[in-house]
Formats: sequence, C-alpha cells, structure tokens
Amino acid sequence: MLTARLLQIAVTMAALSFAMFLLIGLMPGDPIDLAIAGDPRLTAEDAARLRALHGLDQPLLSRYAAWAGGLLHGQFGHSRLFAQPVAQVIWPALASTLVLLGAALAVAATLGIGLGLLAAARPRLAPAVDTIAILGQSAPTFWLGILLIILFAVTLGWLPAGGTSDAGGLDALRFLVLPVATLAVANLAAYARHSAAAVGFTLREPWITAARARGNGEARVLLRHAFPNAAVPVLQVAALDAGALVGGALITETLFARPGMGKLIYDAVMGNDTNLALVALLLVALVTMLATLAADLAQRALDPRLRDA
Amino acid sequence: MAARTGLTLALLLTAAPALAQQPLREQLTIGITQYPSTLHPNIDSMAAKSYVLGFTRRPLTSYDQDWALACLGCDTLPSLDNGMAVRETTPDGRPGIRVTWRLREGWRWGDGTPVSAEDLLFAWQAGRDFSTGFGGSEFYRSAYEAIVVDPRTITLRFDRVTFEYASTGDWQPLPAHIERRRWEQEPRSYRTRSAYETEPTNPGLWNGPYRVTQVQPGAGITLERNSAWNGTAPAFRRIAIRTVENTAALEAQLLAGQLDMIAGELGLPLDQAAALERRTGSRFRIGYKPGLIYEHLDVNHDTPLLADRRVRQALILAIDRPQIVQRLFEGRQVLAHTNVNPLDWVHDNDVRQWPFDLPRARTLLEEAGWRPGPDGIRRNAAGERLTIELMTTAGNRSREAVQQVIQGMWRQAGIEARIRNEPPRVLFGETLNRRRFTGAVMFAWISAPESVPRSTLHSDEIPRAERNFSGQNYTGFRNAEVDSLLEAIPIELDRERRRALWQRLQAIYAEELPAIPLWFRSDAHVWPAWLENVRPTGHLAPSSLWVEEWRVTR
Repeated sequence: MLTARLLQIAVTMAALSFAMFLLIGLMPGDPIDLAIAGDPRLTAEDAARLRALHGLDQPLLSRYAAWAGGLLHGQFGHSRLFAQPVAQVIWPALASTLVLLGAALAVAATLGIGLGLLAAARPRLAPAVDTIAILGQSAPTFWLGILLIILFAVTLGWLPAGGTSDAGGLDALRFLVLPVATLAVANLAAYARHSAAAVGFTLREPWITAARARGNGEARVLLRHAFPNAAVPVLQVAALDAGALVGGALITETLFARPGMGKLIYDAVMGNDTNLALVALLLVALVTMLATLAADLAQRALDPRLRDA
Repeated sequence: MAARTGLTLALLLTAAPALAQQPLREQLTIGITQYPSTLHPNIDSMAAKSYVLGFTRRPLTSYDQDWALACLGCDTLPSLDNGMAVRETTPDGRPGIRVTWRLREGWRWGDGTPVSAEDLLFAWQAGRDFSTGFGGSEFYRSAYEAIVVDPRTITLRFDRVTFEYASTGDWQPLPAHIERRRWEQEPRSYRTRSAYETEPTNPGLWNGPYRVTQVQPGAGITLERNSAWNGTAPAFRRIAIRTVENTAALEAQLLAGQLDMIAGELGLPLDQAAALERRTGSRFRIGYKPGLIYEHLDVNHDTPLLADRRVRQALILAIDRPQIVQRLFEGRQVLAHTNVNPLDWVHDNDVRQWPFDLPRARTLLEEAGWRPGPDGIRRNAAGERLTIELMTTAGNRSREAVQQVIQGMWRQAGIEARIRNEPPRVLFGETLNRRRFTGAVMFAWISAPESVPRSTLHSDEIPRAERNFSGQNYTGFRNAEVDSLLEAIPIELDRERRRALWQRLQAIYAEELPAIPLWFRSDAHVWPAWLENVRPTGHLAPSSLWVEEWRVTR
C-alpha cells in the first residue's frame, strides 16, 4: 500500500509540475514587460537582448525540459525576484512560516479541541461554543488582524504591530503574538466543531456507558476513552492543515509584514519568477500529500477496522 | 592638580548645555512598501533599490532636488566651456564628443580601497558586453572608448553628441577589486555570482555614507555608518529599512512607533497620508512633493472615433480635473497640460490649457457628427453609440475611483464609458503592448527631468508584430513634425534653441492630444517631527542620495 501511494505521489508531482509550468508560462506579460513598464530608459533593443539572456525567447516546452532536467539533478535554479539561488530564498521563508503557522495551528488545535470537548461534555454550553466557532470562522483575517493591531499595538502599545525582531530570543515571541492570535482564531472553529461532533457521538456509545459503570470519572471517560476514539476526523483536519503549514498565510504575512511562504509564492507568481514559484508550489503539494499519507497511516494505527478494510 | 580639576569641571559645565542638546537618536527606522530584487547598481531598475543604494553608494552625477544635473562623485561637471567635454569626429566620420570626469578626492570603498578610474573602466567594460545583462544599453552603445587618464580621471568617447553628455546615468563605479574576477569568469552568469548578490554585507561594495550590514530577504536591510566615507558625517549610526507592503500595516507600524518615517518614494498613497495628517496633527511632518509620474489616458488613434481630434479635445474638456484633484487628492496633484511637468525647466507656461468646459465639449462633439440619442448617449449618422472602453489597472483604488468620476463626467457630455479593468501584468504585458485596447487606458509614465519622450510619441515606436511589439507609442500617434522634433531635441546643445524645440513639441501635444493629460502624481513623505533637511526630489533620484544632510533637531 505504501509503495503504491508513494508512486502515486511521484506521478502527481510530475503532472503538477508540468501543469504549473504551463500555467505560469502562459500568463500574460513576462519579466521584461514588467521591467519596461517601470524603466523609461529601456529601449526595444534592450528588451530583445534581455529576453534572449533570460531564455524567454525559447519555446515553453524546451524551457520546461531544461527546468525539469535541472531539478532532477538537484538544481532548483535562480530566483529572478531575489537574485539568489531558489533554495536560499525558500528556506528562510519556510522557517518563518513553520514557526508562525506551527504556533498558530498548535494554539488553534489546543483551544479548538478544548472547546469541542467542553461542548460535548456539557451540552448546555454547546451553543456558546458554536457561537465562538462561527465568530472565529467568519471574521475575515485582514479585518481581525487590523483590529488586533489597532488595539494592542497602536492604542495600548503592548505588542509590536508587525515585522520581525532584530534581537531574536524572547523578543521574537512578542512579534508572534498578534499574527498567531489572528490565525488561531480563524482556524480553531474547524477543530472545535469536528471534535465536538465526534466526541459527542462517541459519548453516546454503549462502551462509554460501560466505562462509566466501571467507576471511571467523567474526565477520565472523556480524555482516555472518548477522545482517542473520536480523534480520526480531527486528524483529517490536521492533515489538511499541514499543507497550509508550508503554504503560508498570505494575508496574515502581508498584514504583519512577516516574510513567509504565502507572500513568497504570491510574489513569485505575480512577478513571473517561474523557478521560485514552481519549487515553492511543488513543496506545498508534496507536504500536503505526505501529510495526508501520514494521517491515513495514523488512522489505520488508531482504528483497527481500517487496517482490515 | 586643583587647577586641572577646576578646568575640567569648568569645561564640563560649559559643555553641559551642548551635551544636553546632543541628539540621542542613534537609529532611524524607515518603512518602504517594496523590497529590492537586487542590490547590484546596474541590474534591474526599481525604486526600492535606488532608495537603498542612495544611502550606500554615490553615482558620479545625478539630478538634484532642483532638477539640475550635479556632481556627486566627481569634482566638476564636464562642459564644453570648462574644456572637460570636447567635440570631435568619431573614427567613422560622425560627430562625436569626448567627456572627462575627475573623481572626488579621498573617495573610498568601505574596505578602504580608493574609488578609482579602474572601477569606472570595469563598469564600462561590463556594460559594453551585452551578455552581462545590465539594463539600459543606450549609454554603453554610444560610449565606444574609455581611457583611464590617471587613477582619478577617466575619459569616455561617444559616437553621438547629446545635451546629456555630462550625465553618467547608470554608469557608476563598480568595485573592480571585488567584482572584476567574478565578471571575467563568465559575463553571462555574472549577475548571479556578483558579490552584491552573494555577499552584500562586504564593506568593499559600498562607497556612500552608509554600508549594508544586514539583509533579511523580503523583510528589511540594515545599514551602518561607513567608516571610510570622507564626506559630511551622517546623523545616525544605523538606518534600518523595513519593507511593509500593505500600506495599512505600514501606517500601523508608524503609529505604534516601530517606524520613524515612511519614505515618500515608496510610501503611503496621497489620500491615506492626508487622512493620517488629519488624525495625528503635528506628531509627524508630512511633505507632498509633485513628481514626474505622469497620470494620463492613452487613447487608441486607430479607433475611428478617437482618431478625430475634436473628440479627443471634447474628452478632456468634459473632465473636471481640478475638481477631481481637489475632492479625491485634497488638491495635492499638479494638473498636467502636456506630458512635460511644470517643474521642468523646459515646460512652456503659455502652452494651451484645457479647463473644464462642458458646453464647449458638447459643441465639439456636435461638430464631429455625434448627436444626443434618446437615452442621452450620442450617436453618429450611422446610429453608432459614442461608447468608449475605459480601462485601468485593476486593484488600484485611487485610479478606479478616478475612473468612476470620469465615467460620470463624460456621461454629462453624452459619452458612454464602459469600464473594463485588468491586473497590471495583463494590462501592461498584453493589452497595451499588443495595442489590444479600443478606447482609453489610464496609467502613468515615469520619466526623468528633460526626458525626451521618443519612445511614447515617435511613429517608429508604435508596437507592431513585425517589430515584435517593441516600442511604447501605444496610442499609435503619428505626426511627422513631432518625429523630427524628437530627433532634433537630443542633439541640440544650446539651451535656448532646445527650449524653443520643446515649446513647439508641447504646443503640438496640447493641440493634438496624443494622450489625455490628467496630472503629475505627488509623493507623500512622512517624517518624524525631529528630523529635518530631508529634501525629496520628485524624480527618479531618491532623497537618500543626500542622507548626510539629514539632521536631528531634538
């Protein structure tokens, strides 16, 4: 099963790379068009010369063949936007995104699952949890982010409005609070609702009644018996979020002026930086597929029925 | 001993008020909305790069705050009068010119190596090799020979004589002691191996008042004083330049105290700056500098109705431009009468102007055969509606607002405007380049002082398939007299005769309206109240080129 899935991932990645290369290549305007629009001194001859220099005068398919050949030899190419090797551009952005999204998803999952358990264990609190989840899910990120900036950075002056810390260490944590809070509020709804539904359903199972009859306390029943059995849908949500973990959060990164994968991919696509856009997008696709595979394996480990299926 | 102690005490007491007034600000943090794609001075042209390099490098010459060419890295501006420029004949018998620049004494790279004629020779050689990938090549094509006279003196020989002969443009010293070896290995891949890309914190790359000490790709660049700089010492030990692309976030960081100022070259839109000024009172100083960004409507002259000059004149007469500038931009934009900025010395103050005049617009349309239809929209004899497709860059809030106002104003004259906007890369990469628009497109041209608009007005510059769609005369404007003026102006060295040629060009522009002039955009500069002497230029040379003049007042 594992070999087949890995093969499937490899084929999907190859097809994706070709489709993405074509889509980016067929977008109107090339880097030289963009340069001419911003520099009145560039002449028509300069444009032709620079196009040839960048290989933009070659047919799309031969450009793809050259790019894919390089990739197979471990050469990711050079970023046109940042004038650096693609790997050197991606790693810092990826690290920043992993920290931001990792922290945000950890907070979202912890709070969301906590709220879900609360709603399942205390049904009269379920409407309140639902309301919190709906509010979190429906608040636009850019609006919530601005609101938090105005309150905590501009008005109260407690936290920085954005950017990253020059000092590092604990100071860096201060710069994380607002973007993490913004993302966590938006993401906790899915965890809260999925865990509330799954745990609520599990709590009505006969073996939960049996567990209670054996004298287990409510907390133990909830955490040791009900939640592990209800964890499968929550795992699915986490697996889908893994893609976002490397894909970044464009709006939040832009709003809080943090370097990250979301902003990097957006800039690369809009700035016609094919090498950078392709490697970044393929990385996101690969991580998403691997995370889904990992979630499937984890589900099989958790639920013996799936192993037999 | 007691006398010495007394003297020391007296000196301290005397110095006390001065010490108290000594500014304690060590760092200036500046917000900009763009991150430079490269720090190499000759590769890619973008405002963010120019702004950062203004702190860290000096060109030989630049246009200053008064839009006059000035020496920054040289001693004296070459001229025919001072003998540093000499007319001559090129080896193939054409009129040419030999121009000599002498470098400022004591000018050094950050590692202590003197900036020399060899650095300029290397830059010229790299620029002349077109596989290096430098941007504009016109300068290097024309400068066919470079002669190092002595370590501080270099002469270039040009195969054409233009009034800009003293300007070095993008030709500026590159540290040969660091870069030459890399370039000689393989010019074609030099741009990716240059030390400006691989080790930007190398002090030997920088010859300005500051040098780059830290780079966070996409987020910011930190500069510190260059100890080898022998000019006036700049006020701050460190300058941190932070990129915040979202202008709301940029403003929030300013208000939260994370940024001291926002550079006008890459800062807040006018309306946002004006709102900030209203809200914050005197907390910041906000300066508005009109510049050379020419907002206009390109109209397609190959569309029959727009080929009629009377219709084009009616279009401008029906737009109440002062009202738009007043209402949408708080009166901060400078109205354009042609593509020449009123601040430019070649501007003709007597050029024909087009005030808002709805009755006159209606009359002109009547004369052109467009009569009001039952729904108020005019029609010609064939029953065709007077409909113009009005395009601009999608997502640009300011332009989209102007577009809607123009749509309403044109309707008053019986003109229907159909709005169709496109993202910038589609608009500039396809629609304008391939001339796939039928009506009017609102966008801006950026230029330099006394910039000859050959690429946008000469009939040879109309994009066509047989020329691989090169050229920027998107309107398709053709005028033989304009063509000859555009060829004559660059080679006319006499200022007064050149002014006359410019005046004629502007007169034709104002009459023929190859494009509909709107206004010249102003930049909004936001400075802290304690910072003085920042003088924006309004053209492509950034205010950071004069950072050593910036002073802290308290």
